Order: sequence, then structure tokens, then C-alpha cells
Amino acid sequence: MNKKFNALQLDKRDNVAVVLETVRFGQLISVQDEMKNVNASTTIPYGHKVALVFIPKGEEVIKYGECMGIATADIAIGDHVHVSNVRGLTEKDKRFRKEEINFENI
Amino acid sequence: MKTFKGYRRANGSIGVRNHIIVINTVGELAGLTKKLANLVPGVIPVVHQAGQSQYPEDSAQTIKTLAGTAGHANVSAALFLGMGSNDPADEIVETLKKDGHHVHSILFDKDKSIIECLDEGRTWLENALEQSKKQKTEKADVSELIIGLECGGSDAWSGITANPSIGVFSDSIVADGGTSILAETTEAVGAEHILANRAVNSEVADRFLEIVRRYEQRAKAVGENIKAANPSPGNKTGGLTTLEEKSLGCIKKGGNSTLMEVIDYAYSPTKKGFVFMDTPGYDVESVVGLVAGGAQIVLFSTGKGSPTGSPIAPVIKIGTNPKLYKNMPEHIDVNAGKIIDQNYTIDQIGEEIYSKVMQVANGEVTASEKYNNQEFSIWRLAETQ
Repeated sequence: MNKKFNALQLDKRDNVAVVLETVRFGQLISVQDEMKNVNASTTIPYGHKVALVFIPKGEEVIKYGECMGIATADIAIGDHVHVSNVRGLTEKDKRFRKEEINFENI
Repeated sequence: MKTFKGYRRANGSIGVRNHIIVINTVGELAGLTKKLANLVPGVIPVVHQAGQSQYPEDSAQTIKTLAGTAGHANVSAALFLGMGSNDPADEIVETLKKDGHHVHSILFDKDKSIIECLDEGRTWLENALEQSKKQKTEKADVSELIIGLECGGSDAWSGITANPSIGVFSDSIVADGGTSILAETTEAVGAEHILANRAVNSEVADRFLEIVRRYEQRAKAVGENIKAANPSPGNKTGGLTTLEEKSLGCIKKGGNSTLMEVIDYAYSPTKKGFVFMDTPGYDVESVVGLVAGGAQIVLFSTGKGSPTGSPIAPVIKIGTNPKLYKNMPEHIDVNAGKIIDQNYTIDQIGEEIYSKVMQVANGEVTASEKYNNQEFSIWRLAETQ
């Protein structure tokens, strides 16, 4: 609590964090509750997402511990994660996910 | 063990308030309903414009909502004002009486003057108010609480601060044996597969997917494509990239608990734990449905400061950002904006929300109650005849 942070990872499984203030190129981003610090590779406006790890093209972007989209390009640590490098899910993506539901485990 | 002091009703439910209400069955009586409430200080008018010239599905929804409101655990007594011979007031009152509720109806028609009707109403309400003052509270467990989860006037912070904090609270109260109801079907479009994945069984999952599909079709029938229109250009400027992300920001108010049941508008949950109610995105209609379904308290996140309240249930406002709290603190009960500028964690705000819920269950007045924000509107499905 004493340590000042300027980004929030909404779930431990997330590969992105949300910045709580606008950060500039090279600025240090410290994520709450995490030892993780990353440097912004560009300006990222407050409320927007930064990559915490390398996300290869075609990989899932995870926020809230859930898949919120698919990377359309390689995304480096510290990159701004937004419409230029992420797309939403298609019905096909979702159908695939639906088939993974296993009700017998409940 | 968390407990609160509430009002035990004849049907076994427990209220966190002890209100006397006067409620109209048809829009024509909206003015007289307010007038009658004004004659007896302490009585709350529940006023709406529905009930007349409706197709059967809307008629049924109106009656269900009115009955759920008048028969709510937070209501000590309710007086219905109706009009004409086909009015549903008498039937609703008979049904509620069988369940032990203190209710009465007055029908305005050509045989009596309006003054006579108002006099009869005033006498009944004055007696009901006297009786309600004698009612004692009793200790109840938190597992008897049903909490509605709602957002309105959202901003870019809603899905980052307030809604995830509400999610932490929701998971906690569910773990303590209580019930939370997530709502606003329109907000789930795009992330419906995620909530369906959390359903307790395939029937609940199918039911959830069905209400989302039905909502999308209704929107399409009036030329609106929810999937194509979201996220909006404004959402994108705020940092939302995909429809899934936008929907997740809303449905995370329901935390990560198992989805136990999907219920129709204004219906009561039959299961404890995390449930979903089919409601529209319009906050007033959604809150009215949640409360008619039995929610004793509603949590409401807002980024722009929507003052929406309820005539009979305390609505707890959770502000999403520091600026809102600075500019209109009188409308905010919990400031989740502290996550942004004071290094609070989502878990800490979740705990703060839980404490606030218990204080409000014990009688603490919320901002919307203090300012008498008593919005009431019933979700309409079809045209007026």
C-alpha cells in the first residue's frame, strides 16, 4: 500500500494492465501488487492497456482473467494494446470456446 | 457471522426498511397518487405511467412488477389506487393478502367523488403508518439479503474501479450464503459465452444464451445492431478495444461466482448465490425489476453521477473516479475513485462496499434516500394499444 503504483492488473492471469495515468515513452509503469515494472514504448492514455508480457500474433489478450480479443500483430512488453493490434472474437472463436465447457466438472 | 436488524414479514421475508407506499395501477392516476401521499407525511408515492392499453405481455409484466413492489419485504403496507371495473388492483390485493401482506385498494369510478376516495385513502394510510411504528426489528443473517447489481451513467473507469470492486463484494456475500442479482441483458451481448461458461448446469447456460439472443433480436427489429454499434467511438477513446472487453467490464460486477439461475424481469430468485435477471440497460427500469424481484438493497456504479434511486429500496452509489467524488460527494456513498488517486486496491473497496451494505441494512440512509430519489418505471416490451 505504501508503494506508489500507476497501473492495475485486474486479474492475476492477465497479460495486460490498465494505466491509471497517462504515461509517456520510456516512463516506468509500476503495477499494483506486482513486482512487475515495465517501460512504456509509446504514449498510453489513462484507462488504456499496456502489455505486461510479449503477446505473439494470434494469441489471446487476457483482461479480467478472460479472453477479450486476439492479437493481430506481435505485441511487445510496454506496448499500447488497442484497436491497432487487437481484434474482437468472431462467432467461430466463441463456438470453439463454448465446446470447451465441461459441465461434468461442476 | 454477519447480521443485521430487519423487519420480519408474515410471509417470512425480511426487510431493511419499513415503508408505507401508495401506488397507482394505471398512468391516469399518477397525479392523484402523488397528491394522496402528500396528505400523509411519511408515505411514499410509487408513481408510473404504465398499466393502460397494454398488450398482454406488457399487462402481465406491469402486474408482476406492481405486485412485487407492494409485496416487497421493505414495505410494511401498500395502498393501490385503481380505476374502472377491469382494473387489476383488487386482484393484486387479494393475492398479496393471501401471502399475509398489509394491502388495500381504492377504485376511482363514477359512483364516488374524488374527495371521498382521497379521504378513504388518507384514513387507511394514517392507520397503516401508526401500525408500522409498532413493528420491531429482529436479528437476521446476511444470507437473507438479496443485493441487486446495476450500473448507470458509466464512464471509462466503471469497468476498472467500481465494477470489479462490486464483483469482489458479490463473491464475498455469495460465499456468506447471500444472493446477488446481476442484470442488464444488453450489456452481456458479446460476453454471453463467458457467463454461460460459469453456469451451474447446461439448462442455466442455455437459458442465459436464449435471453441474450432474444434481446439482440428485439434490438434488430427496431434497426439496432448491438454488436456492430459497440464499442462506440467514445468507448474506444476511453480505452475499450473490443465488445467482449466492454461487456466484461459490466458483467464483472457479478465477480467470478457460479451462475445459479436466470430469472425473468421482476421475478424472485428461487436459488441463493449469484443469479442473473433479464432487464434492459435503462437503469431506472432495471432497478425497478431487481427490487420487484426482492432485492432489499441495490448497488449502483456510476461515472457520471446518475442520481437514480428507488422508492422502496436503498440504492448505494459507487463512484468510479476521483473527480466525480470531488464534484458531487453528496450523491456518492462509496468512492471507488480512491483506487486511481489514493493507491487503494480493488479488494479494499470491495470490503468497504460490504461494510456499507451492512450499515445500510441496519438503517443507515443512502445518498439517494436522503434526496428522495424515487424513480419508478416499468420495462415495456411492446407498443401501446
